[in-house]
Amino acid sequence: MYQYDHYDQAMVDARVEEFRDQCKRRIEGKLTEDQFKPLRLMNGLYLQLHAYMLRVAIPYGTLSGRQMSALGDIADKFDRKYGHFTTRQNIQYNWIKLEDAGDILAALAKVEMHAIQTSGNCIRNVSSDHFAGAAADEVVDPRPYAELLRQWSSFHPEFSYLPRKFKFAVIASETDRAAMRLHDIGINIVRNDAGDLGAAFYVGGGMGRTPMVAPLIRDFVPLDQLITYAESCLRVYNRYGRRDNKYKARIKILVHELGAAEYTRQVEAEFAHLLEQGIEPPIAELERIRTYFSSPAFDLDASDTIEQSDPDFLTWAERNTHPHKQPGYVSAVISLKPVGGIPGDATADQIRLMATLGETYSFDELRVTHTQNIVMPHVRKSDLYTLWQKLDAAGLATANFDQIGDIIACPGLDYCSLANARSIPVAQRISERFAANGKGDALGELKLKISGCINACGHHHAGHMGILGVDKKGVENYQLSIGGSEAEDTSLGKITGPGFSEEGIVDAVENAADVYLAQRQDGERFLDTYRRIGMKPFKEALYG
Amino acid sequence: MKILTGNDLKSGAVVWWTGNDWSLHVDQAVDVGDQADFLAAREDAARRVNAPYAIDAARDADGIRPAHIKDRIRALGPTVRPDLTLKPADPTAGNWVI
Repeated sequence: MYQYDHYDQAMVDARVEEFRDQCKRRIEGKLTEDQFKPLRLMNGLYLQLHAYMLRVAIPYGTLSGRQMSALGDIADKFDRKYGHFTTRQNIQYNWIKLEDAGDILAALAKVEMHAIQTSGNCIRNVSSDHFAGAAADEVVDPRPYAELLRQWSSFHPEFSYLPRKFKFAVIASETDRAAMRLHDIGINIVRNDAGDLGAAFYVGGGMGRTPMVAPLIRDFVPLDQLITYAESCLRVYNRYGRRDNKYKARIKILVHELGAAEYTRQVEAEFAHLLEQGIEPPIAELERIRTYFSSPAFDLDASDTIEQSDPDFLTWAERNTHPHKQPGYVSAVISLKPVGGIPGDATADQIRLMATLGETYSFDELRVTHTQNIVMPHVRKSDLYTLWQKLDAAGLATANFDQIGDIIACPGLDYCSLANARSIPVAQRISERFAANGKGDALGELKLKISGCINACGHHHAGHMGILGVDKKGVENYQLSIGGSEAEDTSLGKITGPGFSEEGIVDAVENAADVYLAQRQDGERFLDTYRRIGMKPFKEALYG
Repeated sequence: MKILTGNDLKSGAVVWWTGNDWSLHVDQAVDVGDQADFLAAREDAARRVNAPYAIDAARDADGIRPAHIKDRIRALGPTVRPDLTLKPADPTAGNWVI
């Protein structure tokens, strides 16, 4: 995985000391909150309901054991002994003291991490496929391109004050595991008929109050023009994106209002101009980055069988592993969704245990998924049973990946100052309901996502079932939507009808699941059945 | 009644105006009446508390109850982690929020 060079480390260290001084001046009363707020946000420090919250970037979700262990230590020393993994492959700490912020950033810098550009109207952490570099179906490892974008976008002076925040996702397979088309720019690395690699650009996707699926604006950009094309897309947005209305400031609104064809025309004109300027980084830099992502030294004779004696293990192995490009290996998913638990939360001890297990069983690599789980990308099949036993002993072996218990939920009104309703308790009750009634096993793949406000951090628009919490005259109310997908068949869910109470939404989810169980045909997932039979049977079950 | 709240500068903790200082406990809040704007501006200038603001609340048999659920959660702590609230020994404390 990528390692900082002298320039990376010097930039991050300098930022730590700069922010340490800014915090000191704020505590001494030399800065007002209005002066300090933009400074702290540039360093990922929010003020939430109960305390400061620090969001730490995990570039494309990739971590070493040492980095993961440091995250556990920070949770232990500076927070309340836990961290929250987010839907953008980051980690958040909910109980940070301002006076500790400098020390935390220094601890992160020691392991080549930071919180820069995890807030504000800039280019945020670049996300990617959590199985990158391991998946059997990928064209190429997308992370070197994500890293190149990270370096290009870090402290980019032209794009530090965009009309609104800006999010990239980079994948390199037909199967989309990163919600690519629901990002401001989604890039899919593809191979053309001539065998050359290039980038397909999807621009103007997003969730939030105006969800949109990004249209394809260019199906093949040569990789030695990747940054130039990305810069062209940003330039047009930076020039014409609306700054007068934050609700219309995202690039999706610009692309929608101009029309994809006109936006593309302007990007292509800018692209032609920039090609003449020669802004593309030298290809040697991409090659340098690529060397950090070479495959681990796999055992070419690794056994292709797994332990068969334990049925609980076999269930977990069936649900929580993903095919690996190297025979004898799999990628293992550690669910952070125990029954009745808080989605994405892990204790300091669990974080450090996962770090150790990643070092021992996965070539010192871990990944954070946008579904708030952890992946060990390269596990030898012969080690899988031992790994499972160790995870099970730590409460980390829930066998529910992509099932109804594997719920995405934003922090909601329990923590977030923007939220209108709580998300986590709803996730907990649904998880408990389906564990108790035994239907979870029968449902198979069913992606349920919950947001506590219209900003959609819980990706509710993209859930096979999605739940949006709203404030109805001071009372929490929950809208149910059906039919969303964040995968290669990206679609936006449709609201079923009037919302439900906190108890009512749990019943509603079960009723909708029952419609599927009653009407599904062979091999159909919940989403497939919905697409075949439409909304009407669900409405009848929900509203009579 | 109107009560004044904000977040402590150093810890970010939710605090309530008691008439002469800030407290972690909403039950110690006082009715600031028509002084809300004046006090908020004065305390903001003192730079001990972030962005103080007034909210509606009512006094009942259990003490002071902020009118909006968001402020009740602020007053107690996260309902999903009773151990991290101001009443860690009372697992039912979250019911007060609803």
